[in-house]
Amino acid sequence: MVDTHDLTRLIFGRLTLESLPLHEPIIVGTFAVVALGGIALLGAVTYFRLWAYLWREWFTSVDHKRIGIMYMVLGIVMLLRGFADALMMRMQQAMAFNGSEGFLPAHHYDQVFTAHGVIMIFFVAMPLVTGLMNFVVPLQIGARDVSFPFLNNFSFWMTVGGAVLVMASLFIGEFARTGWLAYPPLSNLAYSPDVGVDYYIWGLQVAGVGTTLSGINLICTIVKMRAPGMTMMRMPVFTWTSLCTNVLIVASFPVLTAVLALLSLDRYVGTNFFTNDFGGDPMMYVNLIWIWGHPEVYILVLPAFGIFSEVTSTFSGKRLFGYTSMVYATVVITILSYLVWLHHFFTMGSGASVNSFFGITTMIISIPTGAKMFNWLFTMYRGRIRFELPMMWTVAFMLTFVIGGMTGVLLAVPPADFVLHNSLFLVAHFHNVIIGGVLFGLFAGIGYWFPKAFGFKLDVFWGKLSFWFWVVGFYLAFMPLYVLGLMGVTRRLRVFDDPSLQIWFVIAGIGALLIACGIACFLIQIAVSVLRREKLADVTGDPWDARTLEWATSSPPPAYNFAFTPVVHDNDAWWDMKRRGYARPLAGFKAIHMPSNTGTGVILAGLATAMAFGLIWYIWWLAGVSFIALLAVAIRHTFNYHQSFNIPADEVVRTERARTELLAGAKS
Amino acid sequence: MTIAMGSMKAGEPVFYVVDEHEHAEGHSTMLGFWIYLMSDCLIFAMLFAVYGVLGGKYAAGPAPKDLFDLSLVAVNTTFLLLSSLTYGLAMLAMGQSRVGAMMAWLVVTGLFGLGFLGIELSEFAHMIHEGATPQRSAFLSSFFTLVGTHGLHVTFGLIWLVTLIVQVRLHGLIESNRRRLFCLSMFWHFLDVIWIGVFTVVYLMGMLR
Repeated sequence: MVDTHDLTRLIFGRLTLESLPLHEPIIVGTFAVVALGGIALLGAVTYFRLWAYLWREWFTSVDHKRIGIMYMVLGIVMLLRGFADALMMRMQQAMAFNGSEGFLPAHHYDQVFTAHGVIMIFFVAMPLVTGLMNFVVPLQIGARDVSFPFLNNFSFWMTVGGAVLVMASLFIGEFARTGWLAYPPLSNLAYSPDVGVDYYIWGLQVAGVGTTLSGINLICTIVKMRAPGMTMMRMPVFTWTSLCTNVLIVASFPVLTAVLALLSLDRYVGTNFFTNDFGGDPMMYVNLIWIWGHPEVYILVLPAFGIFSEVTSTFSGKRLFGYTSMVYATVVITILSYLVWLHHFFTMGSGASVNSFFGITTMIISIPTGAKMFNWLFTMYRGRIRFELPMMWTVAFMLTFVIGGMTGVLLAVPPADFVLHNSLFLVAHFHNVIIGGVLFGLFAGIGYWFPKAFGFKLDVFWGKLSFWFWVVGFYLAFMPLYVLGLMGVTRRLRVFDDPSLQIWFVIAGIGALLIACGIACFLIQIAVSVLRREKLADVTGDPWDARTLEWATSSPPPAYNFAFTPVVHDNDAWWDMKRRGYARPLAGFKAIHMPSNTGTGVILAGLATAMAFGLIWYIWWLAGVSFIALLAVAIRHTFNYHQSFNIPADEVVRTERARTELLAGAKS
Repeated sequence: MTIAMGSMKAGEPVFYVVDEHEHAEGHSTMLGFWIYLMSDCLIFAMLFAVYGVLGGKYAAGPAPKDLFDLSLVAVNTTFLLLSSLTYGLAMLAMGQSRVGAMMAWLVVTGLFGLGFLGIELSEFAHMIHEGATPQRSAFLSSFFTLVGTHGLHVTFGLIWLVTLIVQVRLHGLIESNRRRLFCLSMFWHFLDVIWIGVFTVVYLMGMLR
């Protein structure tokens, strides 16, 4: 009996049948829905014989445009999961009054709020931002791909690996119950002995490798691969903000990697970095993780600022006001974002001088951000504004983000923070800037660049519906939290004693339901647009009469992006080309050298995920075998010296001729 | 790169490159590898910071003076510094396309690296044998992690070195192999620089405490 027990432990680690949460009806129900949906999807793919197509053309693709689109799909799928968590929290908090316990037991509720934060930041906002940068930046700088196309594919699949681990925790075992940053000592083995924190650690580590590598990749792309004539101060603002964001990624994600590695050493080896005894220091974890964490919020919001800059100048029909100040503001924010981390825990007890320093640096950040706001306003001033969907999101952003920014400056005052720390005021503040800034920006960006990616615009009716549900829902969901926070309600509570608070939570719950409608309308918008793609089609490649280089090529762009590399003379290169009578070249095409697709990225990421799974469940043989296989496959990959091919000239000619005919058809 | 078009009149703006030369393969590799090294450097910076905070927390356990054998560390350090020198000599030989000499220096580099790792591992084993385990105190946790992470890097450097030796044997000093050897060279010297930090901050300053 003992022997079989040892053997099962050897094979399955601590994974047992009891690890499956079969006793939790909500999870079992979710699992049933996900499983049925998954089977339907897989069945459909099999039935329509799409596996080979997907593998050849998408999963193994090193084309930055396809990888960008796959990132977006990942982000949108994970948004549904992250939002489901949000909805559950809102329902729980609206119900749990007057002795009611709500519908979520504490054990489950704590996982829900942790998973919500982790998923929304790492697997929704990050993939959406990275996806847009991947798709847009090479086109904007007139390049044919990124610097390291294979690495790009690998980075994407590592992000997917992290997402798979976090999703797996829902059905196999459990997720962390620690809050989204897993502060010790709570996240140490003594207080979180189960697999939850391990899922958290390895999910983020696997995805973090991908994020860091994609950061390096995009920096090199922007520094090295700009079209001739595009000096740094002629780069489109979105490219500038992407450059700064990727610098932030490379200069902050290693800190996250290291701090999570130390936490895992505490948990796996029994070291004393963040323990309460033997000299360990839990507050060091809090410091270190916020040295990553604060730059992280700018990693998310800077690209959104770039999107708003492109959208504002396009739809105002004007050159962006104050380009130079916009660039310098972005760079200043990039640097300042490293000097404010301590404002996340003024209550640590570091003393008045330290707190004042960080309070002041935090307030200083609002100056370059304010400058940006004025630049956008002055761009609109006396512009011929077209209120297309991306522009609507931009205006909503300006109003909402200013409110979020002001509550941020309030929180930057240490004495005020002592009252508001960890309250719902804080929760309202960061949702105000992340939804109002990042998410609105992403929706503006999706609406703006969707026609470039697919050759047809998004449906306006469902888009407007989604917009209004989102904006109204946002205010209803989060303004009550400001009120509650000022009344002293702290975050992450499951039940409440004071019945007078309930009405605010009910209003917030209604807001969340409106946001659910907004998400539904967004999905319907995409479906409707696909169905009506003939009507919404754009053959010009430049549906918005826009200004930057990505609009110079066809929609969707050919695999090689540009048949001839563009030469840039102005900030708004494409606008300049249109104004000065640019004629599209019709002859003289040559073969184009492009990188080949490869499945190695998928395999490496799969092995890394398997290794992580083994480590989470103490299945040591699986971890060891996967690690050795990982090394072997990686080394094997370097023995393949021929990773590129030529697109023959006559194929380029055929592609370009098809476009010529399309353009002629559009004019007649 | 020519950006003028034959049919265009002089003075007219040119909007695209006609006679285009491909970006040379690996045109961004050096920059990319530099940036990677800097991100790796940040991991070490963090481990140094952690050591700075926890390095004095002995938890009534052994302190550096009880544990470190400076003469052994001196030998160790010499090995690593010499390995950097021999890698440099290998790169000089590569510059002159003397494959045989280059391979010989690479092998010497690898042997010095192995010697370094061997001494480090025996030092670790000795400390653990005496009860100075990573679990004993925060000082020892941060010591083993900082020094061990460096050792892990050296290990991967050695695996990489062997791979490159095989690849040079297979394909000779082709352009991509030269590029790879150059990247490993940067990696190897980077580890040397980190070790000088470890030697100073951990060992020398530890003995002064």
